[in-house]
Amino acid sequence: MDDIQKKLMSPSKASREDITGRIISYTCIAAIIILVISILYFITSRGVATFTTNHVNLWQFLSGEEWNPGTLNDHGQPQVGALPMIVTSFSVTILAALLATPFAIAVALFMTDIAPKNGAKFLQPVIELLVGIPSVVYGFIGLTVVVPAIRHIFGGTGSGILAGTIVLFVMVLPTITSLAVDALRAVPAYFRSASLALGATRFQTIYKVLLRAAMPRLLTAVIFGMARAFGEALAVQMVIGNAVLMPHNLVTPTATLTSQLTTNIGNTIMGTLPNNALWSLALILLLMSLVFNLIIRYIGKRGEIKS
Amino acid sequence: MTPHQSDRIATQLINLLVGIVVLILLFLLGDIVLSGFPHISWHFLTSPSSSFSAGGGVRDQLFNSLYLLVLTLIISFPLALGSAIYLSEYAGDNWFTGLIRTAIEVLSSLPSVVVGLFGYLLFVIEFHMGFSILSGAIALTFFNLPLLVRSIEGSLHAVPNSQREAGSALGLSNWRTIRGIILPVALPGILTGIILSAGRVFGEAAALIYTAGQSAPLLDYSNWNPTSSSSFLNPMRPAETLAVHIWKVNTEGVTPDAVSISAGASAVLIIVILIFNFGARAIGNQMYKKMTGGK
Amino acid sequence: MQAYDLSQTHIVTPAEEIALSTNQLQVYYGNSKHASMSDASLSFPRFQITALIGASGSGKSTYLRSLNRLNDRIARIKGEIIYRHTNINDSKVNVYEVRKHIGMVFQKPNPFAKSISENITFALKAQGITNRQELKQRVETSLKEAALWDEVKDDLNKSALALSGGQQQRLCIARAIAMKPDILLLDEPASALDPISTTKLEVTLKELAKNYTIIIVTHNMQQASRISTYTAFFHLGHVLEYDRTERIFQTPMIQATHDYVTGNFG
Ligand SMILES: Nc1ncnc2c1ncn2[C@@H]1O[C@H](COP(=O)(O)OP(=O)(O)OP(=O)(O)O)[C@@H](O)[C@H]1O
Ligand SMILES: [Mg+2]
Repeated sequence: MDDIQKKLMSPSKASREDITGRIISYTCIAAIIILVISILYFITSRGVATFTTNHVNLWQFLSGEEWNPGTLNDHGQPQVGALPMIVTSFSVTILAALLATPFAIAVALFMTDIAPKNGAKFLQPVIELLVGIPSVVYGFIGLTVVVPAIRHIFGGTGSGILAGTIVLFVMVLPTITSLAVDALRAVPAYFRSASLALGATRFQTIYKVLLRAAMPRLLTAVIFGMARAFGEALAVQMVIGNAVLMPHNLVTPTATLTSQLTTNIGNTIMGTLPNNALWSLALILLLMSLVFNLIIRYIGKRGEIKS
Repeated sequence: MTPHQSDRIATQLINLLVGIVVLILLFLLGDIVLSGFPHISWHFLTSPSSSFSAGGGVRDQLFNSLYLLVLTLIISFPLALGSAIYLSEYAGDNWFTGLIRTAIEVLSSLPSVVVGLFGYLLFVIEFHMGFSILSGAIALTFFNLPLLVRSIEGSLHAVPNSQREAGSALGLSNWRTIRGIILPVALPGILTGIILSAGRVFGEAAALIYTAGQSAPLLDYSNWNPTSSSSFLNPMRPAETLAVHIWKVNTEGVTPDAVSISAGASAVLIIVILIFNFGARAIGNQMYKKMTGGK
Repeated sequence: MQAYDLSQTHIVTPAEEIALSTNQLQVYYGNSKHASMSDASLSFPRFQITALIGASGSGKSTYLRSLNRLNDRIARIKGEIIYRHTNINDSKVNVYEVRKHIGMVFQKPNPFAKSISENITFALKAQGITNRQELKQRVETSLKEAALWDEVKDDLNKSALALSGGQQQRLCIARAIAMKPDILLLDEPASALDPISTTKLEVTLKELAKNYTIIIVTHNMQQASRISTYTAFFHLGHVLEYDRTERIFQTPMIQATHDYVTGNFG
């Protein structure tokens, strides 16, 4: 009797096991947190060096159109204007998303509402496969198919925003589609049946009920696609032309933040201005991915309250 | 326009858009198959690459990709498993858990080039690890972790709570319940998640060009000593992977048959990823059947 | 539902030896300020079956799951649970030991996705019992006690998930008693079973009561009156009446109990 009482009050093998388990899993999670903090810290501290160490004016950096970090301009200041790359990055991202969204939603509607059996059976695996195709393969196809076609039609080199947009369009299409399918599938079936029972046509149901109910998640899908497009490096780098020029049309060579980074970070020396300026581009990428994240969260919260 | 006319038009519009997408898909797959497959030969798979002359293969790149994948999984799986266990079994419903989830989300939304540059900064330069398989594997781990954590957490979460209660009610520690009861049930899902993430890792290039490097030194496949610099097992040597190779031959423009090499290499990449995809499904189903006693 | 006076209660303390008792037990789920179980003070006699009855949502499971601290992670529990002169509702107490002595069987059978014998040996091995002979012996004894042995003795290595619902539930009982607990808590163990399995289970429980103290939640009043010595009536998170079973069913002191056992409730 006393023996059992004593056991009740003292730690056992099980309590020790549980401490082990906690130590192991807490360590792993701590490692991830440390990792994220160090990524944010290192990229930020490198990225701000352009402004703190090299005393480049932040506004000039964001609005300048000349990118030539190795040389000084007439006023004796380094030429680090990132505007062309910022504009190009946003252009390809927004254009690709604008292009992909109607297709993605059409395919998603086709799979969920128009031909849910056969459509989904055929398209689902294909879309999963496409999500998995590596970006260099998309870049390679862009380089061998899209760029020559544009060159053929518009003349010039064929590289530029249009080529980048087309490649990114094909890349984000499966991403947006599969998320849009999830969004539409999440709309309860009685929404559909109630609307149809009231005499609405399928199109009215889709337009007035389905798309509205799924709107927050559809928007999230599009933002996910944009985040992927904005951060994509190699596929874009292969077709954009890599000349840091302010884009004046869609078919002349230009550069995105990511393409400039991948092309040049290996050719500059750590700690010098040309190198620091590149890290500032990386910082913009990092901040933008945080912004996309915030938008997705915001939409998610709003969507929750509504339904 | 009557509602029925607009209904017809809308349906036709959707069908048209779907038709275009299907055409794009067919073109993409057709292009990869038609331009890539003819280049895949035994010679292509088993000879080293050559930069300045035609006729090079992808032997070393293929091996590097696989080696890097294995190393990445060895590093990322335990970390991801521990974290997923924390999230699904220990985490309370509080601000701290929210913070962790946000951190993981941030990590997963970082562009892979940023992750690669971080790896470059910290491991290649600060820790003097140079362009090496190990640096690459660590960068790929960062890239792979969030996805893997989420998929493992999902698999753990799918195990009914009644199993945990059954373990607890027998006086088992949470840890033993997790290891002995929850994990075996979640295993098929976990394996599927690992294999799918393997496909993603296998095709990744942006995170690697400044960590694992862009050169493929000649390897000695008979040297099994991982510390020797020419050994194929040496984790400290630079290693260009298949995906990086495709990027490199196309951007440098010194290899005469860059297009056919890339086409062949792309096809090999896709085949491997397809194998991963089907493998994941097959193994998942198989194990599921076994676990549930054939029911 | 008719509003009953919740302050009027009739609670006896059994004259028999007491195996487990609670004192002013209160349960608050999550961060809720509302008590899902308030001030439950009951004493359970040793080697007897005690039934907990009451309408759905009255707090029977809440109370039962607190007894072996299974609600620890989801609820705050105030008050005392006295077992062997120790208040086991105390953060210093080793919950794993508590649960070894106070076993539990759930409403839905929840066997592990393992073989029949592993279902029973898993927790034993975790305790450090490695002798194969002893493990085999324990499997056989507990399956016999749970009246399952004859049906499965040739299939011990088959997956437990291939058993029928009733068999699974008896396996869960076997798994619990293989730990040689003192007390067995059962939460509507027969609700997922057909009448034949239910009868078998009742016979088993009666047999088990010779060696175990049993506390069982049930919705089935015939079942309660057939197998239990004492019965507690729960209503809206309060225990309104606790007495010998025949008194609860024949001469209840509280209006709510009377209405419930005669079927005039709500
Ligand atoms: N996990 C939980 N979190 C929050 N509230 C809970 C939880 N479980 C039960 N409750 C609440 O506690 C009250 C009592 O529920 P309990 O499950 O104990 O009732 P019960 O008597 O067992 O009912 P039943 O006969 O349906 O099993 C209910 O109001 C219920 O909503
Ligand atoms: Mg209950």
